[in-house]
Amino acid sequence: MHPRPPSRAREFWGGVQATGPLVVGAIPFAIIYGAVASTSGLSPLGAVAMSALVFAGSAQFIAANLLAAGTSVALILLTTLVVNLRHLLYAATLAPHLKHLPQRWLLPLGFWLTDESFVVVVSRYRQPDAAPYKHWYHLGSALFMYTNWIGCTVLGVLAGQHIQDPQSWGLDFAMIVTFIGMLVPFIRSRPVLVAVLAAGISATLTYSWPNKLGLIAAALLGVGAGVIAETYQARHRAAPDAPAEAP
Amino acid sequence: MNEVVLILGMAFITLAVRYPALALLGKIAPPAGLLRALNYVPPAVLTAIIVPAILFKQDRLTIDPRNDYLVAGILAAIVAARSKNLLLTIVIGMLALLAWRWLLATNR
Repeated sequence: MHPRPPSRAREFWGGVQATGPLVVGAIPFAIIYGAVASTSGLSPLGAVAMSALVFAGSAQFIAANLLAAGTSVALILLTTLVVNLRHLLYAATLAPHLKHLPQRWLLPLGFWLTDESFVVVVSRYRQPDAAPYKHWYHLGSALFMYTNWIGCTVLGVLAGQHIQDPQSWGLDFAMIVTFIGMLVPFIRSRPVLVAVLAAGISATLTYSWPNKLGLIAAALLGVGAGVIAETYQARHRAAPDAPAEAP
Repeated sequence: MNEVVLILGMAFITLAVRYPALALLGKIAPPAGLLRALNYVPPAVLTAIIVPAILFKQDRLTIDPRNDYLVAGILAAIVAARSKNLLLTIVIGMLALLAWRWLLATNR
């Protein structure tokens, strides 16, 4: 089969297509955010503005819940920082693939960084082909997530005027099940399994820590456990009878 | 007024986390060990979000068939492992949640 010539449009629509299932998972999450936010102290316009300007699902969701509980703005901002720290790790992972791009690309791609787009685009960047327009794939993924997020927030705000207690519907499970579908394909090696087990156990043990700090601690412990397992596995494989590695 | 401060503050903080690493880290070559560690970031973070969300119900550790999120979450993980199809995982996971809730409600 002859590879088709690289094209910006083909990469862009490839990114849109690959993000489709994740957009489906984000739809109920954005709707419930809109419904919760506009009934927990934000104005309808404020709820939509937050989606357009912050664009961070879990942070927005937690902020709406904290706002409903009467938490101060300062504490909500601190929680936002902690919940979003994982994006620092995502950005660091993507940075080597984006270093050739000018700032006019990096600023919007940074703004549009989400769990979903990250998972989709990182696998595209890691494909070995030397396609020159992989950042267009990234742009397609990011724009699809962004427009869907804002549109569904508006729907949620409208629905929120009519639904009592939207969280009792279990719509927040949509985000969790999406994350499960994203996680499982990663578990292809023992070190990743070790990382997942370590992160899961630590997240359970640190659940009561304030401001979602347990999330960060558990993620770091998981990463550490994965690296240790990988090092151990590499040493184990380099047994005496194994052929010497190429320099 | 408070709302404007909150939204702009959150917007600034979120961008301040996402953008600088993207802009700077590409220019400085990160050490190989860091790159290796970063491979574990997505599974570790996703796990740290998922596990407490399905194990705790009203802030209580609930490892029990009455925990609907746990039951539907396990089923979704099985579907994901077998099918590698994200959309199918989401649809079956959500349907499982609704079905399990309905069963729990009728067998109370």
